[in-house]
Order: sequence, then C-alpha cells, then structure tokens
Amino acid sequence: MNSPWLVMITVGILTFATRLSFIVLLERWQTPPMLRRALRFVPVAVLTAIIAPELAMPAGHLDISFGNLRLLAGIVAILVAWKTRNIVWTIVAGMAALFVLQLWFGGL
Amino acid sequence: MENTNNAGFSARYSAAMREFFAGVKDELPILVGVIPFGMIYGILALGAGLSTTDAQVMSAVVFAGSAQFMLVQLAGLGTPALVMILTGFVINLRHALYSASVAPHTRHLSAPWKAMLAYLLTDEAYAVTITHYNKDSDSRLKHWYFLGAGLALWSSWQLSSAVGIFLGAQVPPSWSLDFTLALTFIALVVPALEDRASVLSAVAAGITALLAISLPYKLGLLVAALAGIIIGLWSEQR
Repeated sequence: MNSPWLVMITVGILTFATRLSFIVLLERWQTPPMLRRALRFVPVAVLTAIIAPELAMPAGHLDISFGNLRLLAGIVAILVAWKTRNIVWTIVAGMAALFVLQLWFGGL
Repeated sequence: MENTNNAGFSARYSAAMREFFAGVKDELPILVGVIPFGMIYGILALGAGLSTTDAQVMSAVVFAGSAQFMLVQLAGLGTPALVMILTGFVINLRHALYSASVAPHTRHLSAPWKAMLAYLLTDEAYAVTITHYNKDSDSRLKHWYFLGAGLALWSSWQLSSAVGIFLGAQVPPSWSLDFTLALTFIALVVPALEDRASVLSAVAAGITALLAISLPYKLGLLVAALAGIIIGLWSEQR
C-alpha cells in the first residue's frame, strides 16, 4: 500500500465519531423506552453476527460438515462456555480442540 | 471543615480506584483471546506491505481489531482507498449501537471523559462494561470501571500488535491464532443467552449474517445485527 495514512486517519476519525455518536446525541434527551429495550439485544446480536460466518464459512462459503474444523472447535467452545461460563476456559478449550482436530485431519 | 472535605475526597478517590481496578481485572480473561489476535494483526499488516510504523500507528488510530484485519487484507489486494474507507466505516458502524447502549450511563460525565471513553469503546471493553453498568448498584463512579477495562484492552492491543510486528512471519498461519477472536466472542455471548428472547435474537443474527455475507462493504454484519435486535424485541412482546 503506497500511502495508508489517508485510509488510517479517515477510518480512525469515522470510528471515533461512530463511537461518540449516541453518547453525545442522547445527552439531552431521555432514551426512548423502545430504544432502551432494543439495546438489550445489542451485545448478543452483534457478536453472534461476527461469530457465525467465522464458524460456518471459514473458507468464504457455507460449510456445515465434519470437514469444517473451525465449526467443530466452535461447538466445543460453545459447550464449554455454556457449562463453565468462564472466558479463559472457553478460549483455551476452543484452541485446543482446533489444534487436535488439525493434527488429526492432515497434520499442521 | 477542611478535614471533612479531605476525607470526602479521599473516600471518593479510593472508590474510583476500586472501580478502575475492578474494570482492569474483569477485562483480563478477555485479553487471553485478544493478545493472539493482536499479534496476528501485526503479522498480517507486514505481510500486506505496511511498514512497521504504519502498522503500529493503525493500531492506535483505528483501534478496532476486525476493521484493522479487513483493512490490511484489502491493502494487500491493492484495493482503492475509498473502498477501504467505506468498508472500515461500515464494519465499525456497530459501535453506534454500543454508543447508544452506554449513553444513558455516561450522561453525567464531562466532555473529555465522554471523548476518552468513546475512543476506548471496543467490542471487548463494551461487553464487560455494559454488564457492570446493568448490575444493581447506584455507584456514580462506574465510568472508572469503563476506563479500567478500556485501558487494559488498549494497552494489550498496542503491545500485542508490536509483538506481532516484531515477530513478523515467524508464526505459521497453521496455528490459526486468528480463531481466538471468534472464541472470545463465543465466551462473551453464550453466558448472555439467559432467556428465550436473547436466544432467538442470536439465532436470527447468526442466520442473517450467513445469508447476507455477500453484501458489499461487510454490510451483512449490520443487517444481521439489526435482524437480531428486531427478532429479540418481537419475541419479548409475545
């Protein structure tokens, strides 16, 4: 990339403005009750929207099969997260599962 | 009189410090997933042809993991600047939702505080902080918790980017360290699925994300998030 500065600074400013947007906009007004109820779903909806393609489309196309090791490792992580509710265990278990599966199917 | 003022100040100060370090402490488990991801970013950035300085500056200026990943990949493909800017902007639009979500809690803060917390409002700092804000407690000092969580994430992101830049291509891609991002988000989402509405919200967001993947500029992410929110609201009303 010749000059990444234009891109970096523009995206940096836009990102900061996005993050600041409602903190400033909702300063004066009370948050409408409907919006308040909608916001409860923000963490779950946004993060799941990021996770789903990472697990189900690791190569850019839908792959629901036992050949999709990231999907299998992700399911292990979901089960561990559900049972332990512990962030570190979830990450460690998911990475361990992926390593073992990769060794198993074709080696590193 | 002066004494009581001093006592009041120092009690308030130590309460603020307690909040700050509670935020740092609650952010620590998340760093297990963030640090490998930061290293991968550094490695990818150099691989895409960025200089070491540019790669490190991007971590401070953009400070958004998934957007940085996407930007260096696009840069490596020789994508036009305008497309890269649009893509980075759209990927980060989800932060507007975070902004609206923390806004009721930051209303009483000064402008510099708001600006600082907005800069630190990443996925990982938001997830921890909003849980703390929603806890029953009338502390007016929770912004110190936000600051602690945000700074813990910020410093580890800068350091892990630097380590990745320093290591360069010594970490083979087959280690799949980029997978730690998805795992971190799984660890944050699963415990939050506490009722039918949130489960349906997640299912709707996930399926929509898969269906909308081919939309330009990663718009699918935003469409999926909105679908999840709408389905969550709808199922709550029934």
